[in-house]
Amino acid sequence: MTSSSDFQLDLIRGKATAVRRHAIEMVYRAKLGHPGGDMSVTDILATLYFGVLKLDPANPSDPLRDRFVLSKGHCTGALYATLAERGFFDLSELETYMQPLSRLNGHPNRNYVAGVETNTGPLGHGLPVAVGMAIAGQMDKAPWRVFVVVGDGELQEGSNWEAAMAAGHRGLGNLTLIVDRNGLQQGASTEQTNSLEPLADKWRAFGWEVIEVDGHDQSALLKILGAVGTDRPRCVIAHTHKGKGVSYMEDQVGWHHGVPNTEQFEIAMQELV
Amino acid sequence: MATALSTDLHDCRTAYSETLEALAETDERIVAVVNDSVGSSKLGGFGKRFPERLVNVGIAEQNMVGVGAGLANGGKVPFVSGAACFLSARALEQVKADLAYSNTNVKLCGMSSGVAYGELGPTHHSIEDMGWFRLLTNLTIIVPSDRWETREAIKAAVSNEGPMFIRVSRMPVPDLGRPDGSKFRIGVSEELRAGNDAAIIACGTMVSRALEAAQVMAAEGIDVRVINMATVNPLDHDAVLAAAGTGAVVTVEEHSVRGGLGGAVAEVLSTERPCHMRILGFEGFQPTGTAEFLLERAGLTAEGIAGAVRAVMAARDGK
Ligand SMILES: Cc1ncc(C[n+]2csc(CCOP(=O)(O)OP(=O)(O)O)c2C)c(N)n1
Ligand SMILES: [Mg+2]
Repeated sequence: MTSSSDFQLDLIRGKATAVRRHAIEMVYRAKLGHPGGDMSVTDILATLYFGVLKLDPANPSDPLRDRFVLSKGHCTGALYATLAERGFFDLSELETYMQPLSRLNGHPNRNYVAGVETNTGPLGHGLPVAVGMAIAGQMDKAPWRVFVVVGDGELQEGSNWEAAMAAGHRGLGNLTLIVDRNGLQQGASTEQTNSLEPLADKWRAFGWEVIEVDGHDQSALLKILGAVGTDRPRCVIAHTHKGKGVSYMEDQVGWHHGVPNTEQFEIAMQELV
Repeated sequence: MATALSTDLHDCRTAYSETLEALAETDERIVAVVNDSVGSSKLGGFGKRFPERLVNVGIAEQNMVGVGAGLANGGKVPFVSGAACFLSARALEQVKADLAYSNTNVKLCGMSSGVAYGELGPTHHSIEDMGWFRLLTNLTIIVPSDRWETREAIKAAVSNEGPMFIRVSRMPVPDLGRPDGSKFRIGVSEELRAGNDAAIIACGTMVSRALEAAQVMAAEGIDVRVINMATVNPLDHDAVLAAAGTGAVVTVEEHSVRGGLGGAVAEVLSTERPCHMRILGFEGFQPTGTAEFLLERAGLTAEGIAGAVRAVMAARDGK
């Protein structure tokens, strides 16, 4: 009875491993990137792209597509790898990551890469744009949904809370925000820097439905993200680990933008299977 | 006049943070304000020495600049430090209303300006900041060319009241090799090389390249004046007008060709002493690539600058 969803979970898990491997290879080759955040967001991306989002890579601007925005735009290692695995462009192009004149810029550019909805990189831009998308969908009573992933440190940007207020006010039930709650930002933990807690209460106070989940549990993510919305915007707080899957990177702030050396690269490749 | 460029290259952020730390030792008013940018502003040492004087507001540039204004109101001398791209773009209205219009004693320090973050793309390139900030007439803009000038600019920021933006480069640059006793003065440019055949007006990372270009041309028998316009606002009018006396002026900056140093010089020359001119910089959003790749592509190299000087001289001479 559960065989089709088992099949889907196997697919999502397999893709998550592939995405992690690509991302580490990309960062290793480019000698640049943000592997910590790539690893923490991978299961979320794999679940969305291989279990939830209604998208057609052959028709990337279909007006009825679901919209996805990676607001934490520094995690292009995971994003590009996911888009390539999903068929938006050839996997071989991942080798050009951040090379001169590559389409695969360090932060995503919609004018270069099909599947990217809006250019991100400066933190705190994705949610306002996603709110606009959701308002457009609401105006047209459209069936498509809007998903946006933010980093937890990113939530220190005030623009998020302006958008949160607007989404709550307008009852944007077609909008799902996923917070990659890995606990770390660039230089330290979020709680040491400028604390976010009690985070769930904050979203509730802004009129959102809040669900907390293990952000590496693809089965739970699939259930939550796949469920159709209500009349309220939904905030999924995904508890994750920065560097997930690579032992020496896990929960280490130094891997926010670290680059593995050859030995570390090989360890990562052995672990990511 | 400069003697010789050093062969060793330096990241000016280190000179910035070392100077700030040294000054903070004796001046208790000095505080640093950052946006999760302790590492990228090289303020780890400052934070260890003066933990209570480092205010990390998190990833929140608008708040960072507003907090800076409030700290100044409370008698502090805040050095608000973060990546130049976000500091300038994200907090522009705070800079306008809370610092410039309110005339507040806040020192903005934009790190890794220009295309230092090459591969991270146009969101992280800071090649518009001087354009945005130059419109805020009482905001002093300083673009140091090397370690010495970075140190001097930080000292001047403490000893001169008022809102200020200091553009700190990450891309390694040589020391310009100024003679002992050289003085840094806000609003006064520096003639690093004499010459009357043409004039290059440069700032920041481009000054050493302008000197190299002038050296190349000297070998061809052409004497090019090189002016280091470290203060972009207020501009040294006299030096600009004097440069126009050569009839051939080239400006060079690690910034957009619109609204920056070139724009400032063009505003003066077009109204007071029109002459042939070229503005070197970036035409617009840049593609992916290392900083050096992007600089070369835009002709922001010694050869590129020399080529522009030859072209503007030819235009002057009607060739
Ligand atoms: C407006 C803005 N300020 C600063 C930065 C620099 N920056 C890039 S990533 C990052 C930390 C982000 O932390 P978080 O949102 O928690 O992301 P993750 O942990 O998932 O990598 C910072 C400060 C930026 N990209 N944009
Ligand atoms: Mg985080």
